[in-house]
Amino acid sequence: MAWFRKSKKPREVVKERGRSSVPEGLWVRCGGCREIIYAKELKHNQQICPKCGYHFRIGARERIALLIDEQSPRELFNDIEPDDPLEFRDSKTYRARLEESQKRTGERDAVVVIEGHVEEKPVVMAVLVYSFMGGSMGSVVGEKITLAAERALARRVPLLIVSASGGARMQEGVLSLMQMAKISSALARLRESGVPYLSILTDPTTGGVTASFAMLGDLNIAEPGALIGFAGPRVIEQTIRESLPEGFQRSEFLLEHGFLDLVVARGELKETVSRCLGHLS
Amino acid sequence: MASTDAPFESDLVDLRRRIAELEEFPEGTGRRREIERLRVRLSKATVEIYKGLSRWQKTQVARHSERPHTLDYIEALMSDWVEIHGDRAFADDPAIVAGFARFAGRSVAVVGHQKGRGTKERIRRNFGQPRPEGYRKALRTMKLAERFGLPLVSFVDTPGAYPGLGAEERGQAEAIASNLIEMAALRTPILVMVTGEGGSGGALGIGMGDRVMMMEYATYSVISPEGCAAILWKDQEKRAEAAEALKLTAPDILELGVVDEIVPEPPGGAHADPAGAIRRVGERLAAALEEVADRDIDELLEARYTRFRALGVLQAKPRKRGFRALGG
Ligand SMILES: [Zn+2]
Repeated sequence: MAWFRKSKKPREVVKERGRSSVPEGLWVRCGGCREIIYAKELKHNQQICPKCGYHFRIGARERIALLIDEQSPRELFNDIEPDDPLEFRDSKTYRARLEESQKRTGERDAVVVIEGHVEEKPVVMAVLVYSFMGGSMGSVVGEKITLAAERALARRVPLLIVSASGGARMQEGVLSLMQMAKISSALARLRESGVPYLSILTDPTTGGVTASFAMLGDLNIAEPGALIGFAGPRVIEQTIRESLPEGFQRSEFLLEHGFLDLVVARGELKETVSRCLGHLS
Repeated sequence: MASTDAPFESDLVDLRRRIAELEEFPEGTGRRREIERLRVRLSKATVEIYKGLSRWQKTQVARHSERPHTLDYIEALMSDWVEIHGDRAFADDPAIVAGFARFAGRSVAVVGHQKGRGTKERIRRNFGQPRPEGYRKALRTMKLAERFGLPLVSFVDTPGAYPGLGAEERGQAEAIASNLIEMAALRTPILVMVTGEGGSGGALGIGMGDRVMMMEYATYSVISPEGCAAILWKDQEKRAEAAEALKLTAPDILELGVVDEIVPEPPGGAHADPAGAIRRVGERLAAALEEVADRDIDELLEARYTRFRALGVLQAKPRKRGFRALGG
């Protein structure tokens, strides 16, 4: 009966699924249909519930493996580390939070940039790491995505950015906010040059990430059921003092309201990206 | 009202009230001397209080309801003002004003957040929190400025973009994002003046430019002290601690390279002497306009790119051993 005890904390279990490096339980409860699923079965199904199609969160490295042809594509700009410009401290120091996230995830900050191919088409791709401080955007994320856009421009190779982020990183204060301006400036140049940029939005994409590069794709493509918005649902509920309707700020809702081009299931994402690139480049 | 806006200056508010009351009195022997005595006391107390303001107290000054707002600056500094309305898609948003005016001998396009004064007007202006149609109206104005060769002046003063249901439905994030990419490439000079609250993406949405200036007691932040306190301290009441940690005041923001200069305010802040504050802002805007208005636009865009490109603090370090290799 051990697995029943585990399933009593579904939210935590679901959260665990986002981290590839954490040892996994045998069984997990689906965040969609609430059924108990065999973890191995989930893994073989690209972390999609075989019963209801619910897309569990996946890590940045798994995302790269899913989309990129190469087994070990070249990682770019990985010699950049975060700093602590404000010497920020709340209950913990920012430095301690960074160190803890670095140890736990094996990443230096919340983005991985690679160069590789999608069905033989060359791309520069940046993927946000949600397990690293909620994928939050500070100076490192801003710099690496800007470098990625500049490289895509210099080589005239399409840019892909896969978003999974709670938004700007509070601990870097106004500098985090300015990363929105910095990345958007680089994307403006890319746009003028005619090099395509595909934005892929995954669960969750909110705040300053949505209000900058995630919404600026030549095409905006989302996974099903992803939370996508500017303000977080709790902030909105506090503002309007009522609960939000079912499906609010989910991919399908944004598609219906005209802010996404496509909602694509994980299994078809690579092929769809490849087809789009075929048309645009 | 004024003393609840900035509780730490209640002594100053008292002194100002006593001076005003005495001025109403008929002429008498002791009256003038008493007014003079109170004025000296007021000025000393103002200097004393304002030299030691905490970051949270400055935030209260930035939010003060008697501070000049965008339309006050336009009215006092500009002429031939024509306000335009609407985003041509959904609605007009009173939280952002936009239009054209004469300033320092030229026609300019103007956008700015507008907070109301008085309950009714504050509600109509949604406390200066724009909805997507506000950002789209601003964008329309920017494109008109580009098309007709007018410099753009932007006044920033918002708690943030409105986090409402309709705002999300109509694409708040997309509206702000589009403004960022368009401002980055807008082929006309842009001047930005942060006059009060620089509230996160809602501020930046009209806040990119060739010269970004900030008033002495204005703030600029990625999140409000209350919001930050609620998330990191799990307690909204820790807003003073959060304001300290966020380093959101003008000297902080200047040091981080996010603004180019600070416009000094009159003693006791802009709300103590709105006319004086407006005059100083006008002088600095006119000087900045002089610097950028006739520059070659391609040079200006290159400099604008470099300006924002440089923002951020990080360390370059060779990769340590022990980090996971990709695909391994
Ligand atoms: Zn399911």
